[in-house]
Amino acid sequence: MSEKDMNDKVNEMLQRSEANVKKTEKSFVRPEDEEREVVAPDGSIIKVNPIYDYFSGEKPKEEKPCSGVIEKFLNWARAESIWVLGFGTGCGSIEIPPLVTPRFDMFRYGVQMRPTPRQSNAFIISGYLSVKTLKRVIRTYEQMPSPKYILALGSCTINGGMYYDSYSTINRLDKYIPVDVYIAGCMPRPEALLAGFMKLKELIKEGKGEKANEYARNFDEYKANQKKIIKDWNMPDYNW
Amino acid sequence: MKNLIEKLTEDFKISDVVYQRPDLAFVTVPKGVAISLVTELRDYEGFSHFVMMSCVDWIEEGKFQLLYLLHNPKTKTDVGVKTFIDRENAEMASAHHLWKQVWTYQRELKEAFGIDFPGSPRVDENFVVEGWTEMPHMRRDFNTKEYSRDTYFPRPGRETNDPAEYMRKKLYPNEPITAKKQDNDK
Repeated sequence: MSEKDMNDKVNEMLQRSEANVKKTEKSFVRPEDEEREVVAPDGSIIKVNPIYDYFSGEKPKEEKPCSGVIEKFLNWARAESIWVLGFGTGCGSIEIPPLVTPRFDMFRYGVQMRPTPRQSNAFIISGYLSVKTLKRVIRTYEQMPSPKYILALGSCTINGGMYYDSYSTINRLDKYIPVDVYIAGCMPRPEALLAGFMKLKELIKEGKGEKANEYARNFDEYKANQKKIIKDWNMPDYNW
Repeated sequence: MKNLIEKLTEDFKISDVVYQRPDLAFVTVPKGVAISLVTELRDYEGFSHFVMMSCVDWIEEGKFQLLYLLHNPKTKTDVGVKTFIDRENAEMASAHHLWKQVWTYQRELKEAFGIDFPGSPRVDENFVVEGWTEMPHMRRDFNTKEYSRDTYFPRPGRETNDPAEYMRKKLYPNEPITAKKQDNDK
Protein backbone atom coordinates (compact mmCIF):
# COMPACT_ATOMS: atom_id res chain seq x y z
CA MET A 1 0.00 0.00 0.00
CA SER A 2 1.47 3.36 -1.01
CA GLU A 3 1.73 6.26 1.38
CA LYS A 4 -1.02 8.18 -0.40
CA ASP A 5 -3.43 5.26 -0.12
CA MET A 6 -2.58 4.94 3.55
CA ASN A 7 -3.23 8.64 4.15
CA ASP A 8 -6.54 8.43 2.31
CA LYS A 9 -7.55 5.50 4.45
CA VAL A 10 -6.57 7.35 7.63
CA ASN A 11 -8.55 10.41 6.57
CA GLU A 12 -11.56 8.25 5.80
CA MET A 13 -11.37 6.63 9.24
CA LEU A 14 -11.03 10.04 10.88
CA GLN A 15 -14.17 11.22 9.15
CA ARG A 16 -15.98 8.07 10.19
CA SER A 17 -14.94 8.72 13.77
CA GLU A 18 -16.33 12.25 13.67
CA ALA A 19 -19.56 11.03 12.12
CA ASN A 20 -19.85 8.37 14.80
CA VAL A 21 -19.48 10.85 17.64
CA LYS A 22 -22.45 12.76 16.27
CA LYS A 23 -24.43 9.52 15.81
CA THR A 24 -24.02 8.11 19.32
CA GLU A 25 -25.66 11.16 20.82
CA LYS A 26 -28.87 10.44 18.94
CA SER A 27 -29.33 6.70 18.53
CA PHE A 28 -27.52 3.40 18.22
CA VAL A 29 -28.80 2.70 14.71
CA ARG A 30 -25.94 2.08 12.28
CA PRO A 31 -25.60 4.46 9.31
CA GLU A 32 -26.53 1.76 6.77
CA ASP A 33 -29.72 0.97 8.71
CA GLU A 34 -31.02 4.52 8.94
CA GLU A 35 -34.26 5.63 7.34
CA ARG A 36 -33.38 7.51 4.15
CA GLU A 37 -34.31 8.27 0.54
CA VAL A 38 -32.61 6.47 -2.32
CA VAL A 39 -32.76 6.97 -6.09
CA ALA A 40 -34.04 3.96 -8.02
CA PRO A 41 -32.54 3.01 -11.45
CA ASP A 42 -35.50 4.67 -13.22
CA GLY A 43 -34.87 7.97 -11.40
CA SER A 44 -37.75 7.83 -8.93
CA ILE A 45 -37.07 8.49 -5.26
CA ILE A 46 -37.93 5.73 -2.80
CA LYS A 47 -38.02 5.91 0.98
CA VAL A 48 -36.28 2.97 2.65
CA ASN A 49 -36.13 1.91 6.27
CA PRO A 50 -33.91 -1.20 6.28
CA ILE A 51 -34.74 -2.32 9.80
CA TYR A 52 -38.48 -2.50 9.14
CA ASP A 53 -38.61 -3.05 5.36
CA TYR A 54 -36.80 -6.36 5.21
CA PHE A 55 -38.26 -8.02 8.29
CA SER A 56 -41.67 -9.16 9.39
CA GLY A 57 -43.86 -6.75 11.34
CA GLU A 58 -45.79 -9.54 13.02
CA LYS A 59 -45.27 -11.31 16.30
CA PRO A 60 -44.52 -15.03 16.22
CA LYS A 61 -47.57 -17.28 16.40
CA GLU A 62 -48.17 -20.49 18.25
CA GLU A 63 -48.46 -23.55 16.08
CA LYS A 64 -51.02 -26.11 17.14
CA PRO A 65 -49.92 -29.73 17.05
CA CYS A 66 -51.49 -32.08 14.52
CA SER A 67 -53.89 -34.72 15.78
CA GLY A 68 -52.90 -38.02 17.43
CA VAL A 69 -50.86 -40.39 15.32
CA ILE A 70 -49.72 -37.82 12.80
CA GLU A 71 -48.14 -35.67 15.49
CA LYS A 72 -46.50 -38.77 16.95
CA PHE A 73 -45.05 -39.65 13.56
CA LEU A 74 -43.86 -36.06 13.04
CA ASN A 75 -42.23 -36.01 16.46
CA TRP A 76 -40.44 -39.27 15.71
CA ALA A 77 -39.18 -37.79 12.45
CA ARG A 78 -38.08 -34.56 14.16
CA ALA A 79 -36.25 -36.45 16.89
CA GLU A 80 -34.28 -38.49 14.37
CA SER A 81 -32.96 -35.53 12.39
CA ILE A 82 -31.55 -32.86 14.64
CA TRP A 83 -29.66 -30.29 12.62
CA VAL A 84 -27.43 -28.18 14.79
CA LEU A 85 -26.36 -24.66 13.95
CA GLY A 86 -22.59 -24.33 13.83
CA PHE A 87 -22.30 -21.25 16.00
CA GLY A 88 -20.04 -21.46 19.05
CA THR A 89 -21.05 -18.76 21.49
CA GLY A 90 -18.52 -19.40 24.24
CA CYS A 91 -15.72 -21.61 25.53
CA GLY A 92 -17.83 -24.79 25.30
CA SER A 93 -17.81 -24.83 21.53
CA ILE A 94 -14.41 -26.52 21.75
CA GLU A 95 -16.33 -29.68 22.75
CA ILE A 96 -18.14 -29.78 19.42
CA PRO A 97 -15.22 -30.72 17.08
CA PRO A 98 -14.54 -34.03 18.92
CA LEU A 99 -18.27 -34.70 18.78
CA VAL A 100 -18.32 -34.43 15.01
CA THR A 101 -15.13 -36.42 14.44
CA PRO A 102 -14.99 -40.26 14.55
CA ARG A 103 -14.28 -40.74 18.24
CA PHE A 104 -17.70 -39.58 19.42
CA ASP A 105 -19.36 -39.27 16.01
CA MET A 106 -22.76 -37.67 16.52
CA PHE A 107 -23.85 -38.45 12.95
CA ARG A 108 -24.79 -41.98 14.05
CA TYR A 109 -27.60 -40.44 16.13
CA GLY A 110 -28.94 -38.37 13.29
CA VAL A 111 -27.35 -35.17 14.59
CA GLN A 112 -25.45 -33.01 12.15
CA MET A 113 -24.10 -29.49 11.82
CA ARG A 114 -25.49 -26.86 9.45
CA PRO A 115 -23.90 -23.57 8.45
CA THR A 116 -27.01 -21.38 8.54
CA PRO A 117 -29.90 -20.83 10.97
CA ARG A 118 -32.40 -21.24 8.13
CA GLN A 119 -31.47 -24.93 7.84
CA SER A 120 -31.10 -25.86 11.49
CA ASN A 121 -33.48 -26.64 14.31
CA ALA A 122 -31.15 -27.02 17.29
CA PHE A 123 -28.89 -24.40 18.79
CA ILE A 124 -26.14 -25.17 21.29
CA ILE A 125 -25.46 -22.23 23.57
CA SER A 126 -21.97 -23.26 24.55
CA GLY A 127 -20.73 -21.79 27.79
CA TYR A 128 -20.79 -18.23 29.03
CA LEU A 129 -22.85 -15.79 27.04
CA SER A 130 -21.88 -12.14 26.98
CA VAL A 131 -24.49 -9.47 26.29
CA LYS A 132 -22.79 -8.75 22.98
CA THR A 133 -23.16 -12.38 21.93
CA LEU A 134 -26.70 -12.61 23.30
CA LYS A 135 -27.73 -9.99 20.77
CA ARG A 136 -26.45 -12.18 17.93
CA VAL A 137 -27.96 -15.27 19.53
CA ILE A 138 -31.43 -13.68 19.60
CA ARG A 139 -31.21 -12.66 15.96
CA THR A 140 -30.05 -16.14 15.02
CA TYR A 141 -32.61 -17.96 17.16
CA GLU A 142 -35.48 -15.99 15.72
CA GLN A 143 -34.38 -16.78 12.18
CA MET A 144 -34.47 -20.53 12.78
CA PRO A 145 -37.58 -22.31 11.50
CA SER A 146 -39.92 -23.74 14.09
CA PRO A 147 -39.89 -26.25 15.82
CA LYS A 148 -36.52 -25.35 17.28
CA TYR A 149 -34.63 -26.55 20.31
CA ILE A 150 -32.02 -24.98 22.58
CA LEU A 151 -29.34 -26.95 24.39
CA ALA A 152 -27.66 -24.94 27.13
CA LEU A 153 -24.16 -26.27 27.62
CA GLY A 154 -22.17 -25.66 30.79
CA SER A 155 -22.96 -24.17 34.17
CA CYS A 156 -22.58 -20.58 32.94
CA THR A 157 -25.89 -20.82 31.09
CA ILE A 158 -27.65 -22.27 34.14
CA ASN A 159 -26.65 -19.86 36.92
CA GLY A 160 -23.70 -17.85 35.66
CA GLY A 161 -21.06 -20.43 36.62
CA MET A 162 -17.70 -18.94 37.46
CA TYR A 163 -18.66 -15.72 35.69
CA TYR A 164 -21.75 -15.11 37.84
CA ASP A 165 -20.40 -11.73 39.05
CA SER A 166 -19.18 -10.45 35.70
CA TYR A 167 -20.62 -7.23 34.34
CA SER A 168 -20.79 -8.51 30.79
CA THR A 169 -22.09 -12.10 30.98
CA ILE A 170 -25.66 -13.18 31.68
CA ASN A 171 -26.59 -15.47 34.56
CA ARG A 172 -29.73 -17.30 33.44
CA LEU A 173 -30.23 -18.10 29.81
CA ASP A 174 -33.88 -19.14 30.26
CA LYS A 175 -34.83 -15.53 31.01
CA TYR A 176 -33.94 -14.53 27.44
CA ILE A 177 -34.72 -17.57 25.31
CA PRO A 178 -36.51 -20.81 26.25
CA VAL A 179 -34.19 -23.74 26.97
CA ASP A 180 -35.03 -27.38 26.28
CA VAL A 181 -32.10 -29.25 27.79
CA TYR A 182 -29.47 -28.14 30.27
CA ILE A 183 -26.12 -29.92 30.24
CA ALA A 184 -24.33 -29.17 33.50
CA GLY A 185 -20.58 -29.10 33.96
CA CYS A 186 -17.60 -26.88 33.43
CA MET A 187 -16.88 -28.02 30.78
CA PRO A 188 -19.17 -30.98 30.03
CA ARG A 189 -17.38 -33.72 28.10
CA PRO A 190 -18.63 -34.68 24.62
CA GLU A 191 -20.32 -37.72 26.21
CA ALA A 192 -22.44 -35.36 28.29
CA LEU A 193 -23.38 -33.46 25.17
CA LEU A 194 -24.39 -36.74 23.51
CA ALA A 195 -26.47 -37.58 26.58
CA GLY A 196 -28.08 -34.17 26.19
CA PHE A 197 -29.01 -34.99 22.61
CA MET A 198 -30.51 -38.31 23.76
CA LYS A 199 -32.55 -36.43 26.36
CA LEU A 200 -33.68 -33.95 23.74
CA LYS A 201 -34.81 -36.83 21.51
CA GLU A 202 -36.82 -38.30 24.37
CA LEU A 203 -38.48 -34.95 25.01
CA ILE A 204 -39.35 -34.47 21.36
CA LYS A 205 -40.80 -37.98 21.09
CA GLU A 206 -42.94 -37.32 24.15
CA GLY A 207 -44.21 -34.16 22.51
CA LYS A 208 -42.50 -31.85 24.98
CA GLY A 209 -40.24 -30.09 22.49
CA GLU A 210 -42.62 -27.15 22.26
CA LYS A 211 -40.35 -24.35 23.41
CA ALA A 212 -40.74 -22.39 20.18
CA ASN A 213 -44.43 -22.10 21.04
CA GLU A 214 -43.55 -21.07 24.56
CA TYR A 215 -41.39 -18.31 23.11
CA ALA A 216 -44.32 -17.13 21.00
CA ARG A 217 -46.69 -17.31 23.98
CA ASN A 218 -44.45 -15.31 26.33
CA PHE A 219 -42.94 -13.17 23.60
CA ASP A 220 -43.46 -9.83 25.31
CA GLU A 221 -41.87 -11.02 28.55
CA TYR A 222 -38.81 -12.41 26.76
CA LYS A 223 -38.47 -9.23 24.68
CA ALA A 224 -38.67 -7.05 27.79
CA ASN A 225 -35.91 -9.06 29.48
CA GLN A 226 -33.76 -8.89 26.35
CA LYS A 227 -34.21 -5.15 26.01
CA LYS A 228 -33.41 -4.63 29.66
CA ILE A 229 -29.79 -5.63 29.10
CA ILE A 230 -29.24 -4.89 25.41
CA LYS A 231 -29.10 -1.12 25.68
CA ASP A 232 -28.11 -0.43 22.07
CA TRP A 233 -31.07 -2.11 20.45
CA ASN A 234 -30.42 -1.36 16.77
CA MET A 235 -32.13 -4.35 15.19
CA PRO A 236 -35.73 -5.17 14.32
CA ASP A 237 -38.00 -6.55 17.04
CA TYR A 238 -39.01 -9.50 14.91
CA ASN A 239 -36.04 -11.03 13.12
CA TRP A 240 -37.72 -13.21 10.53
CA MET B 1 20.35 1.75 30.13
CA LYS B 2 21.53 3.60 33.22
CA ASN B 3 23.44 6.14 31.14
CA LEU B 4 20.43 6.75 28.96
CA ILE B 5 18.12 7.43 31.87
CA GLU B 6 20.65 9.63 33.67
CA LYS B 7 21.06 11.63 30.46
CA LEU B 8 17.32 12.20 30.21
CA THR B 9 16.61 12.77 33.92
CA GLU B 10 17.13 16.51 33.98
CA ASP B 11 15.35 17.41 30.77
CA PHE B 12 12.27 15.34 31.45
CA LYS B 13 12.02 15.68 35.25
CA ILE B 14 12.28 11.91 35.75
CA SER B 15 11.47 11.30 39.41
CA ASP B 16 11.20 7.63 40.20
CA VAL B 17 13.42 5.08 38.41
CA VAL B 18 13.09 1.32 38.88
CA TYR B 19 15.67 -0.96 37.26
CA GLN B 20 13.66 -4.15 37.17
CA ARG B 21 16.12 -6.16 35.03
CA PRO B 22 19.29 -5.25 33.14
CA ASP B 23 17.13 -4.81 30.04
CA LEU B 24 14.01 -3.31 31.63
CA ALA B 25 13.53 -0.02 33.48
CA PHE B 26 10.54 2.07 34.52
CA VAL B 27 10.59 5.83 34.87
CA THR B 28 7.93 8.18 36.25
CA VAL B 29 7.50 11.63 34.75
CA PRO B 30 4.96 14.46 35.12
CA LYS B 31 1.87 14.36 32.92
CA GLY B 32 2.99 17.26 30.71
CA VAL B 33 6.27 15.77 29.52
CA ALA B 34 5.27 12.10 29.16
CA ILE B 35 4.47 12.32 25.45
CA SER B 36 7.62 14.38 24.81
CA LEU B 37 9.72 11.72 26.54
CA VAL B 38 8.05 8.95 24.51
CA THR B 39 8.73 10.94 21.33
CA GLU B 40 12.36 11.51 22.33
CA LEU B 41 12.85 7.81 23.05
CA ARG B 42 11.28 6.86 19.73
CA ASP B 43 13.05 9.36 17.50
CA TYR B 44 16.52 9.68 19.03
CA GLU B 45 17.13 6.66 21.29
CA GLY B 46 15.87 3.89 19.01
CA PHE B 47 12.84 2.75 21.04
CA SER B 48 10.86 2.38 17.85
CA HIS B 49 8.56 -0.47 18.89
CA PHE B 50 5.45 0.33 20.91
CA VAL B 51 4.74 -2.70 23.07
CA MET B 52 1.63 -1.66 24.93
CA MET B 53 -0.13 0.97 26.95
CA SER B 54 -2.08 0.32 30.12
CA CYS B 55 -3.65 1.97 33.11
CA VAL B 56 -3.73 1.34 36.88
CA ASP B 57 -6.48 2.78 39.05
CA TRP B 58 -5.00 4.27 42.26
CA ILE B 59 -8.37 5.05 43.77
CA GLU B 60 -6.99 5.92 47.25
CA GLU B 61 -4.80 8.67 45.80
CA GLY B 62 -7.44 9.78 43.31
CA LYS B 63 -5.10 9.10 40.39
CA PHE B 64 -4.82 6.98 37.27
CA GLN B 65 -1.36 5.73 36.38
CA LEU B 66 -0.68 5.39 32.67
CA LEU B 67 2.15 3.23 31.37
CA TYR B 68 3.74 3.42 27.92
CA LEU B 69 6.02 0.42 27.33
CA LEU B 70 8.60 0.85 24.56
CA HIS B 71 11.11 -1.59 23.08
CA ASN B 72 14.44 -0.99 21.40
CA PRO B 73 14.95 -3.74 18.83
CA LYS B 74 18.69 -3.01 18.38
CA THR B 75 19.78 -3.16 22.01
CA LYS B 76 16.91 -5.48 23.05
CA THR B 77 15.94 -3.24 25.96
CA ASP B 78 12.59 -1.98 27.23
CA VAL B 79 11.62 1.25 28.93
CA GLY B 80 8.30 1.87 30.65
CA VAL B 81 7.22 5.49 30.93
CA LYS B 82 4.75 5.99 33.78
CA THR B 83 2.73 9.07 34.52
CA PHE B 84 -0.06 9.98 36.94
CA ILE B 85 -3.21 11.80 35.87
CA ASP B 86 -6.18 13.00 37.89
CA ARG B 87 -9.05 10.58 38.34
CA GLU B 88 -11.69 13.31 38.11
CA ASN B 89 -12.31 14.30 34.48
CA ALA B 90 -9.40 12.11 33.45
CA GLU B 91 -7.75 13.42 30.30
CA MET B 92 -4.39 12.76 28.69
CA ALA B 93 -2.61 14.07 25.62
CA SER B 94 -3.03 11.61 22.78
CA ALA B 95 -0.07 9.74 21.29
CA HIS B 96 -1.91 8.58 18.19
CA HIS B 97 0.46 10.48 15.91
CA LEU B 98 3.43 8.36 17.01
CA TRP B 99 2.12 4.86 16.30
CA LYS B 100 -1.20 3.93 14.73
CA GLN B 101 -1.76 1.05 17.13
CA VAL B 102 -2.00 3.60 19.95
CA TRP B 103 -5.49 4.40 18.59
CA THR B 104 -6.76 1.05 19.74
CA TYR B 105 -5.18 1.23 23.17
CA GLN B 106 -6.61 4.69 23.75
CA ARG B 107 -10.02 3.54 22.59
CA GLU B 108 -9.85 0.69 25.06
CA LEU B 109 -8.81 3.00 27.92
CA LYS B 110 -11.60 5.42 27.06
CA GLU B 111 -14.15 2.63 27.36
CA ALA B 112 -12.69 0.78 30.34
CA PHE B 113 -11.55 3.71 32.52
CA GLY B 114 -13.21 6.74 30.95
CA ILE B 115 -9.92 8.49 30.21
CA ASP B 116 -10.36 10.94 27.36
CA PHE B 117 -7.73 11.35 24.65
CA PRO B 118 -8.87 14.38 22.65
CA GLY B 119 -8.10 14.08 18.96
CA SER B 120 -7.46 10.36 18.98
CA PRO B 121 -9.20 8.77 15.99
CA ARG B 122 -12.30 6.65 16.68
CA VAL B 123 -11.76 7.03 20.42
CA ASP B 124 -15.50 7.22 21.14
CA GLU B 125 -16.47 4.02 19.33
CA ASN B 126 -17.36 0.82 21.16
CA PHE B 127 -14.40 -1.35 21.96
CA VAL B 128 -15.54 -4.47 23.82
CA VAL B 129 -18.93 -3.85 25.38
CA GLU B 130 -21.78 -2.46 23.31
CA GLY B 131 -24.14 0.26 24.43
CA TRP B 132 -22.61 0.61 27.89
CA THR B 133 -24.36 3.32 29.91
CA GLU B 134 -22.92 2.77 33.40
CA MET B 135 -19.67 3.97 34.94
CA PRO B 136 -16.61 2.68 32.98
CA HIS B 137 -16.39 -0.96 34.01
CA MET B 138 -12.69 -1.25 34.91
CA ARG B 139 -12.75 1.55 37.47
CA ARG B 140 -12.29 0.12 40.94
CA ASP B 141 -15.36 1.85 42.35
CA PHE B 142 -17.58 0.05 39.84
CA ASN B 143 -19.12 -2.84 41.76
CA THR B 144 -19.38 -5.60 39.18
CA LYS B 145 -20.95 -8.10 41.61
CA GLU B 146 -23.73 -5.69 42.55
CA TYR B 147 -24.30 -4.72 38.93
CA SER B 148 -24.53 -8.37 37.91
CA ARG B 149 -26.96 -9.11 40.75
CA ASP B 150 -29.24 -6.21 39.81
CA THR B 151 -29.13 -6.82 36.07
CA TYR B 152 -28.81 -10.49 35.21
CA PHE B 153 -31.45 -12.38 37.26
CA PRO B 154 -29.28 -14.44 39.64
CA ARG B 155 -30.68 -17.93 40.12
CA PRO B 156 -32.05 -18.38 43.63
CA GLY B 157 -30.41 -21.14 45.64
CA ARG B 158 -27.01 -20.79 44.09
CA GLU B 159 -24.22 -21.50 46.61
CA THR B 160 -20.65 -20.34 46.39
CA ASN B 161 -17.78 -22.02 48.26
CA ASP B 162 -14.21 -20.95 48.76
CA PRO B 163 -12.39 -23.46 46.52
CA ALA B 164 -9.38 -24.05 48.81
CA GLU B 165 -11.46 -24.62 51.93
CA TYR B 166 -14.05 -26.73 50.14
CA MET B 167 -11.43 -29.04 48.63
CA ARG B 168 -9.68 -29.44 51.97
CA LYS B 169 -12.93 -30.44 53.64
CA LYS B 170 -13.81 -32.85 50.85
CA LEU B 171 -10.42 -34.45 50.27
CA TYR B 172 -8.73 -34.30 53.71
CA PRO B 173 -11.51 -34.04 56.31
CA ASN B 174 -9.41 -35.52 59.16
CA GLU B 175 -6.18 -33.66 58.54
CA PRO B 176 -5.39 -31.03 61.21
CA ILE B 177 -4.87 -27.50 59.99
CA THR B 178 -1.16 -26.64 60.17
CA ALA B 179 0.24 -23.24 61.05
CA LYS B 180 1.28 -22.67 57.43
CA LYS B 181 -2.25 -23.30 56.22
CA GLN B 182 -3.64 -20.91 58.80
CA ASP B 183 -1.27 -18.23 57.53
CA ASN B 184 -2.44 -18.85 54.00
CA ASP B 185 -6.05 -18.54 55.07
CA LYS B 186 -5.41 -15.10 56.51
